[in-house]
Amino acid sequence: MLYFNSFLFCGFICLIAQLILDNSKLTPGHITSLFVVIGAFLDTFSIYDFIIKKVGGGALVPITSFGHSLIHGALAKTNSMGFIGIFMGMFDLTATGITAAIIFSFVFALIFKPRN
Amino acid sequence: MKNIKYERIANNHKSEESRVKNAVIAFLSGGVLGFFAEWLLNFYCNIFDLSRTDASTLMIVTFIFLASLATALGFFDKLVNRFKCGLLIPITGFAHSMTSSAMDYKKEGLIYGIGMNIFKLAGCVILYGVVSAWFFGMIRYFIGGAS
Repeated sequence: MLYFNSFLFCGFICLIAQLILDNSKLTPGHITSLFVVIGAFLDTFSIYDFIIKKVGGGALVPITSFGHSLIHGALAKTNSMGFIGIFMGMFDLTATGITAAIIFSFVFALIFKPRN
Repeated sequence: MKNIKYERIANNHKSEESRVKNAVIAFLSGGVLGFFAEWLLNFYCNIFDLSRTDASTLMIVTFIFLASLATALGFFDKLVNRFKCGLLIPITGFAHSMTSSAMDYKKEGLIYGIGMNIFKLAGCVILYGVVSAWFFGMIRYFIGGAS
């Protein structure tokens, strides 16, 4: 069931993005930024947590999950640190993704020659 | 006059059809990617005996690695042309934007080229992600209390 939900949810997010891209003048940069904000908004009242519980891996792959991870780490840190925890825990969960993206893209850019 | 009208109608019809096709392609390719993500998550859970949270981290790293490698080898753009938003909205698009901007500016040197331009496109995602997460986090903290 989780597989089917993953397929539907991830496909649905991409479908919305494609519809916005085709029917307006927004670029992919606009859309990814918009989706990150939507992901953060959905997690404000733990809606995205519920979605992840129902959908599984398919909800962790779209860029909305990035916004969710940011605010989720920040709120988790406020339990122990209070208000300043929002600043401390912001990158707790997304650190792996950002680090991996930086390392891989830097190493590959050094190794490979750019085409065209 | 007649020609202009004809062209407008023809254009409308043409773009309408390809829009529907694009949307279906994006839905299917994004869905397959989501399916693959769930499969990989379960695979890592079983093989390395990890918790679901740790396995999801590993899964995302795998996707980033694959997308960066595909960009570096030069065929990610062709895949995007074929599969549309299905590859740009998942985390693969984030990795692709970083690798491609790093490679585009490689010839300008390590500092002025790669260093200053690597976050050119990914920067907006991080910026607006952090700003909105901070803003909504404040709202949640003061209204609802921490989770």
